[in-house]
Amino acid sequence: MDNVKKINTDSNNRAVKTSGNTKKKVLGIIGTVFFTIVSLFYIAPIVVVFVNSFKKKAFINLDIFSFPDSKSFAGNANYIEAVNKYGFLKSVGWTVFITVCSVFVILLCTSMCAWFLMRVKNKVTKTIYFLCIFSMVVPFQMVMFTLALIADRMKLNTPWGLIIVYLGFGAGLAVFMFCGFVKSIPVEIEEAAMIDGCTPLQTFFLVVLPIMKPTYISVGILETMWIWNDFLLPYLVLDINKYRTVSIVVQYMKGSYGKVDMGAIMSALTMAVIPVIILYLACQKHIIKGVASGAVKG
Amino acid sequence: MEKAIKRYFPIFVIPTFAAFIIGFVAPFIMGLWLSFCEFTTVTDAKFVGISNYIKAFADAMFRHAFVYTSLFTIVSLVIVNVIAFAIALALTQKLKGTNIFRTVFFMPNLIGGIVLGYIWQLIFSAILSKYNMALALNEWLGFAGLVILVAWQQIGYMMIIYIAGLQAIPMDVIEAAQIDGANAWQRLFSVTIPMMMPSITICTFLSLTGNFKLFDQNLALTKGEPSHLSEMLALNIYDTFYGRTGWEGVGQAKAVVFFAIVVAIGLLQLRITRSREVQQ
Repeated sequence: MDNVKKINTDSNNRAVKTSGNTKKKVLGIIGTVFFTIVSLFYIAPIVVVFVNSFKKKAFINLDIFSFPDSKSFAGNANYIEAVNKYGFLKSVGWTVFITVCSVFVILLCTSMCAWFLMRVKNKVTKTIYFLCIFSMVVPFQMVMFTLALIADRMKLNTPWGLIIVYLGFGAGLAVFMFCGFVKSIPVEIEEAAMIDGCTPLQTFFLVVLPIMKPTYISVGILETMWIWNDFLLPYLVLDINKYRTVSIVVQYMKGSYGKVDMGAIMSALTMAVIPVIILYLACQKHIIKGVASGAVKG
Repeated sequence: MEKAIKRYFPIFVIPTFAAFIIGFVAPFIMGLWLSFCEFTTVTDAKFVGISNYIKAFADAMFRHAFVYTSLFTIVSLVIVNVIAFAIALALTQKLKGTNIFRTVFFMPNLIGGIVLGYIWQLIFSAILSKYNMALALNEWLGFAGLVILVAWQQIGYMMIIYIAGLQAIPMDVIEAAQIDGANAWQRLFSVTIPMMMPSITICTFLSLTGNFKLFDQNLALTKGEPSHLSEMLALNIYDTFYGRTGWEGVGQAKAVVFFAIVVAIGLLQLRITRSREVQQ
């Protein structure tokens, strides 16, 4: 009797379990289908711009959601116009130059500064650390007018000068993040290196820098995202008759001209977005990790 | 060891500190001082006391921008965080294709505000023109457009932070609740959400301060149309500086007020949510 009962409950349990599993499976499929549809809507705006960049100007305003046909297909005419008339490639070049150099300088200088601030404790270093944290909460509008004036006076209105401005204005977050990591490095490792005869410079570059590699990646990604996409700071600081970044050119095409050239804008927007997406797909693991850790510390 | 390092102060600290003074400290102090002056260039600055602040507060558009910005910040804060949290919950349930969805949702984050603003402006205009409407005609159309844009941009970012938080919750806590007979809703509201308070603190802090300071998207999407009505605070300050000669001092005074509000919001918000965090 007992045995029969046991078998019965066993089979009952199994029945409940399998029905739970199928329910879960169905829910899983519904979820996947739902998110697939949402994802398609999510990338739709970019696809629309991409498709329209191949249409002739007159047809873009007519119906933005249709695919180009033999009548409205413009080939690469829009791209050629964006490059020739608005100097788009040149602006990409300057943006790459400014971003790469600024991020390199920021990473090098602020990591050195942060290590010093954490290892030498006195009033001066404490004040600098406090100022860095303070600068993170100050909105750009507070300093934009005076910063543009100072940069102009000091002849920093070139891409090279802009690197210094970015180092100054971006120092707060970078120093703060590096300091957070340096705190977790045991001092004994560095002491051992110094006893073995390393100068502080050697200690930093041979011992500390390799340990901090993950932080370099996170800070580097955050600063790259910021500088690459920044509009107002370069717009106010740079001499925009000579040097323009991608954001400035896009703003110019749309904002300052009497008649808006839709074709050129579509192709410029496409050219601004596609490289970023490719770079993102290539190293998304680092980017997502860097953003998550940066946010948690900030 | 400290002594040996100390001598290297010029190499380690001076480059960053000098740039920091040029890029932040000097402009900040000068900005504070100039908010009490009347000027068009710095050399002709004349001390005028608090009259700039009086003019700033008397400016109806500035007050309108403050209300508009606050409303926008609250609405987008709620929408972005609720949706991002829901997606994070769904994507931690071992769905098929989770990685692809995560990649897609995060992507708009990497695109700059100006480019994003124009992409959406083109799409909104195309849709609205079918109904004989335009973004530039109604400030609340601009408001809705801006909320959609910001949601599209930020949901992926917040989702990543929430997913990291969800994955850090120890499984045994949730299992214990399950054994004690808590249903899915009870587990969500009595276990998961309290355990998630650190992530919620970060996300609400980021959206509050970030959206309050929004500029690029506002400029690209509506540019303040119609007649400055869809202008947020940052754009209003920008227009005061560069759109009205003789008003530079007022612009700087507005910027100081703006700065004070941002700091106050940040501190208040951190205090409120920190007090709700539980020890893990």
